[in-house]
Amino acid sequence: MTLSGLLVQLLNGLVDASSLFLVASGLSLIFGVTRIMNFAHGSFYMLGVYVAYTFVSHMGESVGGFWVAIILSSLVVALLGALIEIVILRRVYRAPELFQLLATFSLVLILQDLALFIWGPEDLFGPRAPGLTGSIEILGRNFPQYNLVMIVIGPAVLGILWLLLNKTRWGVLIRAATQDREMVSTLGVNQAWLFTSVFALGCFLAGLGGALQEPRIPANLALDLESIGTAFVVVVVGGMGSIPGAFLAALLIAEVKALCIALGTLHIFGIDFPMSKMTLVAEFLIMAIILVIRPWGLLGKPQAAARNDHSAEPPLRPSLPIFKWCTAALVLALLLVPVFEETFPYAQIILVEIFIAVLFAASLHFVMGPGGMHSFGHAAYFGLGAYGAAILVVTWKLPMELALVAGPLLAVLGALVFGWFSVRLSGVYLAMLTFAFAQIVWSIVYQWDDVTGGSNGIFGVWPSDWLSSTTALYYLTLSIMLAGILILRRILFAPFGLAIRAARDSDLRADAIGVDVKRVQWVAFVVAGLFGGIAGAIYVFSKGGISPEAIGVGRSIDGLVMVLLGGVQTLFGPIVGASIFTWLHDSVARETDYWKAVLGMIILLIVLLFPAGIVGTLSHLWHWVKHHILLQTKKEEASK
Amino acid sequence: MQETILEVNGLNAFYGRAHILFDVGLKVRKGEVVALMGRNGAGKSTTMKAIMGMLSRTQGEISFMGNPIAKSAPHVISKMGMGFVPEDRRVFTDLTVLENLEVGSQSEREGAPHWTAEKLFELFPNLGEMPHRPGGNMSGGEQQMLTVSRTLMGNPYLVLLDEPSEGVAPVIVEQMANMIMALKKQGLTILLSEQNLQFADLVCDRAYVLENGHVRFEGTMEELAANDDVRRNYLSV
Repeated sequence: MTLSGLLVQLLNGLVDASSLFLVASGLSLIFGVTRIMNFAHGSFYMLGVYVAYTFVSHMGESVGGFWVAIILSSLVVALLGALIEIVILRRVYRAPELFQLLATFSLVLILQDLALFIWGPEDLFGPRAPGLTGSIEILGRNFPQYNLVMIVIGPAVLGILWLLLNKTRWGVLIRAATQDREMVSTLGVNQAWLFTSVFALGCFLAGLGGALQEPRIPANLALDLESIGTAFVVVVVGGMGSIPGAFLAALLIAEVKALCIALGTLHIFGIDFPMSKMTLVAEFLIMAIILVIRPWGLLGKPQAAARNDHSAEPPLRPSLPIFKWCTAALVLALLLVPVFEETFPYAQIILVEIFIAVLFAASLHFVMGPGGMHSFGHAAYFGLGAYGAAILVVTWKLPMELALVAGPLLAVLGALVFGWFSVRLSGVYLAMLTFAFAQIVWSIVYQWDDVTGGSNGIFGVWPSDWLSSTTALYYLTLSIMLAGILILRRILFAPFGLAIRAARDSDLRADAIGVDVKRVQWVAFVVAGLFGGIAGAIYVFSKGGISPEAIGVGRSIDGLVMVLLGGVQTLFGPIVGASIFTWLHDSVARETDYWKAVLGMIILLIVLLFPAGIVGTLSHLWHWVKHHILLQTKKEEASK
Repeated sequence: MQETILEVNGLNAFYGRAHILFDVGLKVRKGEVVALMGRNGAGKSTTMKAIMGMLSRTQGEISFMGNPIAKSAPHVISKMGMGFVPEDRRVFTDLTVLENLEVGSQSEREGAPHWTAEKLFELFPNLGEMPHRPGGNMSGGEQQMLTVSRTLMGNPYLVLLDEPSEGVAPVIVEQMANMIMALKKQGLTILLSEQNLQFADLVCDRAYVLENGHVRFEGTMEELAANDDVRRNYLSV
């Protein structure tokens, strides 16, 4: 590598740092004041690119027109952000963290389909910035002029934000609210408008970050999740709520990535390390390291817990006899399904899909309901189990039976490592870390062509002959799912299950009565990983293969939606949720191109109207009716 | 007799399912300093938070300067001219003294004393010596002065002052007593929650005594001094 090459890479790092900082600073600002980790922030960035594409195409021929178009695009995004804050987010500020994360995630889905609807699925290449289309020479290498502007914009925005936060009354209020919202409101400040203004400013920054990319990258629908992952990392590494921290972290991450690219492939001990392919992993590694040694980030402060009114979780009730009989009848019915193969040829196939979803959702529920750890990356274990089994069958030529047992062990291994880090955090930080680990798994799978088949995945993974018929696979999946659920249920009512729930309800008190909280949570994490892995392993055989899309962030979110749809506080919830979700997906997705928007609406509906989920709501209703009928009869008896 | 500035009737408050206040009623007239007394956990702070609109579940009537405020949000109540000084101070630790005051500042209000940073620095010379110090780098007593000053910057008619003497050095307690008397002279009305009878005796006109969320006594400080039963049952430790 030459000096000039290194220099240009470092300069490129500065360019990336600027754009990263624009997105991350808005995210950090919003989190600091509202305590909401805004998943949709990447979507506002993406909309910034799209809106700028439209505006610059129409009015960006002159230098002035271009920059006006950029600012106008950012303002449009800010306006949309303010609208969304007023209509939706105001309703979730007092909701539990998990619901806030999901509400903003539903916006990701809806905004993505909105962009699809307006701009279509094709990548859009916008015009370049007038007056800045050339390049300058640095040590004999060409460097685009526009990139020089980008390098300057990052620090300039940092300076403007600093002035805004330190030299204006609005900024002082924002900083005060970051620390103690309630106190600010007793001093006569209307929080609602403060929040809206912060959210709008954050969205403006995201929009600006996107709009400035318009001449550099094509507008496309993958930008939202790509950018939100990295923006999260920057915010967490810099310290949530710290703007200078975000700048420092953006610089660190962008330069590390630039170095990875500059280094190319390293040869250490005869092994090739393709450093340029490490860029995706690098940022998440940095974050994992920072979270473990300095959980509040480079320039952050340990955060006081948000003042939410959490209602205590009700205890789990053992099933009533009538419920057990119903379950037995349902199982019997499921056993009989293959008999009616000719009437419902499609039934077994969709049911296998449902069984896998149920097992996956039940394993996620295990760790987030009773375990109280909100994993946003459960797809990692599904993916490890799936790829484990696929690699064993295709590369190592092992029989299916063995792969089905050994594949999930890879998921266990992953859960052992990731869980060890994750249980040391809680709340938003835990959610982010699990998300980061899932992204690491995904990046490795996506980039390690030799082993995982890269973006193509692994195909041709079929079951052994005696299991190859639809019906045989149906019974296999059914029995694995039933066994999995019974085992998970058994664990929850065992002493270990009590310890898990005790650790969730109060880690201090659990600690004081002799529960090794971190250890118990770690074990719970691994158990959930195991069953998630098993779900992944069967999935491979039911589909005949696996590809990176199947283990991406989408699957983690699907799992969360299944659990919440059913109800996080009931054991039967994830089963109902997974079934309904899979059936809905299957029937709705075939009818519309906008399945994501539908899914987003469903999530919003749950979060805003039925926070207890389907089973939880029905159960509340049942207990309410029972209670009132009981009261009625008692009154009647008393009157006699 | 002066007009009533704050009137509370049949106030009930809840934390989750726990019922904390039971039919609390009280009145504060313009220019008075009224003590809200009782032991730890009697419901003094809860009463203040309920009046200030900070609790999500309350029932009953609260009127401030003739307007019903039981359903109002804290910022609305504050804008009407009611100030609140929390017992745990809650100074913004990242903000400087002047910035803390800025957060509290509201426009001038007719009939209420008008405060500026300069005037407050006269009242609390300690604060005047450190206008740019972050709230987090101050002693407990200094923070106590800052939190009172911050609320005064809103030019309130009435201040709810929650246990200003708690957890600060005796010399600060004395300063607090002087301050309250100085504020009273300026025409400020104060509802003061207090456990310390001597302190209350020094600055207050009347007192309400709370126990387990019920009002057990109301009367002048002289009547309270003369009532051994109330003092023994509800106040002494």
